Amino acid sequence: MSVLDIRDLQTHFFTDDGVVKAVDGVSFSLDAGEVLGLVGESGSGKSVTGFSILRLVDPPGRVVGGEILFHGQDLAQLSNREMRSLRGNRIAMIFQDPMMTLNPVLRIETQMVEAVRAHERISHAAARDRAITTLAKVGIPSPAERLAAYPHQFSGGMRQRVAIAIALLNGPELIVADEPTTALDVTIQSQILAEVQELARETGTALIWITHDLAVVAGLADRISVMYAGRIVESGPTEQVLAAPQHPYTAGLLGSIPGHGRRGERLTQIPGMAPSMSRLPAGCAFAPRCDLASEMCRSTAPMVTETGAGQGYRCHHPNAAQKVAT
Amino acid sequence: MLVFLLRRLAQSVFVLIAMMVVVFFGVYMIGNPVDILISPDATPAEIEETMARFGFDQPVYIQFLKFVGNALQGDLGRSFVHGEPAVQLILSYMPATLELALLGLIFSIAIGVPLGVYAGYKADRWQGRAIMTGSIFGFSLPNFWVGMLLILIFAVELRWLPSTGRGETVEVLGLRLSIFSSNGLQYMILPALTLALYKASLVTRLARAGTQEALMQDYVKFARAKGISETRILFVHVLKNIMIPIITVLGLELGSMIAFAVVTETVFAWPGMGKLLIDSITTLDRPVIVAYLMLTVLIFIIINFAVDVIYTLLDPRVRVKGEAA
Repeated sequence: MSVLDIRDLQTHFFTDDGVVKAVDGVSFSLDAGEVLGLVGESGSGKSVTGFSILRLVDPPGRVVGGEILFHGQDLAQLSNREMRSLRGNRIAMIFQDPMMTLNPVLRIETQMVEAVRAHERISHAAARDRAITTLAKVGIPSPAERLAAYPHQFSGGMRQRVAIAIALLNGPELIVADEPTTALDVTIQSQILAEVQELARETGTALIWITHDLAVVAGLADRISVMYAGRIVESGPTEQVLAAPQHPYTAGLLGSIPGHGRRGERLTQIPGMAPSMSRLPAGCAFAPRCDLASEMCRSTAPMVTETGAGQGYRCHHPNAAQKVAT
Repeated sequence: MLVFLLRRLAQSVFVLIAMMVVVFFGVYMIGNPVDILISPDATPAEIEETMARFGFDQPVYIQFLKFVGNALQGDLGRSFVHGEPAVQLILSYMPATLELALLGLIFSIAIGVPLGVYAGYKADRWQGRAIMTGSIFGFSLPNFWVGMLLILIFAVELRWLPSTGRGETVEVLGLRLSIFSSNGLQYMILPALTLALYKASLVTRLARAGTQEALMQDYVKFARAKGISETRILFVHVLKNIMIPIITVLGLELGSMIAFAVVTETVFAWPGMGKLLIDSITTLDRPVIVAYLMLTVLIFIIINFAVDVIYTLLDPRVRVKGEAA
């Protein structure tokens, strides 16, 4: 059975300007030890998807439909207390900005020990020992002394390591990482990527890596799901999606990454901006920015088409898509 | 840091001097104390003699310069009524006021912080609105009325607590205090509550605003993602972050609590500085009034300093900057 199985997730925000369908029918599943890269632009609903899994969507947002099955158990059916005992224990989360996620006025020790003792009846000393071991695992030098420090005494990269250590403390089966390396230097970013990948593989932890950077997940993820305007527009095994993108948006994302031995060639870019989520077009949400858009795209939203090899896409003109990239 | 302290010190000296001028001339205008000091049937010669003894026959500016000269040596004159040095007299009444203010402060934190944090947590619900509405009463009800109401309910009707006086005192470090004896403590509860009511509503509002802001921060969301209970998030993660503004305001308010407990002390016949001030005003005991006001200024200056120090203790980030500077 998969660790996580999301079916037709709908998370809407009920604002004064109307209902914003931030997540509108997202489905994917994840096996133990598998890494899923959830890729999309700002506002595509990828972070909201992550928060929906932990039931941490802030009002006026609400999960209004679909199922989130964790080991077959629908998380929406759990009481708040049951949900809390899952959070940080079996499902952990890492946030985007390491400067903001640790409480500035509490010592690292306090913040780590409480995370252990929220889920296990063990002594402070035992929890502290585990904190030290975990900090060492994520590459914090002299962890025992660093426990007494406050967050501002760490650099950004070190703070994110602490946050990752906190996520790992209770040996979760699933980690939702919401752009955890976006705010960091490129060198630190690749270090942390490598370490998290190794840790996840070692412990068989399933990982959802949310990012706007296709290049980051290219080397990390087993599968990729590309989100656009609240929907997954393309998903499949990483190599396949990268080698043969079916959706013009995926192709556009790939085309805008520098490198790939295309020296001298002009980088392509996706014209226009991500659409306002409160005023989506009637048909395919990507149609206004798409070179291939036809009358059908503007009137009817495409359904998911499955290819044989576990790849799926929402597009009326999939075959033409690759031509955009080249 | 040293420059900052020196500048603060210079400011304080200036405030003290300005206060001396205002207080001295203000009190000088109130009336002639000799009229009250000696019996109405005294002969003009006797009046003359008394005036000369206190130096009232001299021009105002000479009297002022004398006053300043003495004040610089810590001598603010002798009470006309008690015959003791005014400063000493006030200091002997001070412990009673200090302990009352301290208990009031404790009450206002104990009442205001939990209510405010809860109101911030339930900001959009009826619980939060009810607390906010209630705090308006705390702001607007006059002290003397609250005091009398408390006496009526708890002393007259229910007979749970004594209404006036100070009760038993215990000698601690040479000071006579009620707070350490259970009987004395009973006498303190009602006046301390009266004093605390206004501050408690102030703290409630501060704590609510702080909580609402803190709850939107990422560290709260991260704490939730760790599976921490809401109670711990509120009273550890949020509370420690909102204590800085609360301590600042309460520090300043402690000064006003000590200095202006006048009404409350009068209602409860609490023998503190405030009651001494009222008595001194009715008897035109000039040196005591002046000394009282000067001491009040001094208390405010000291408290402001203390608040700055506490700041650095509460916020580790301020501490580091201080060390680096």
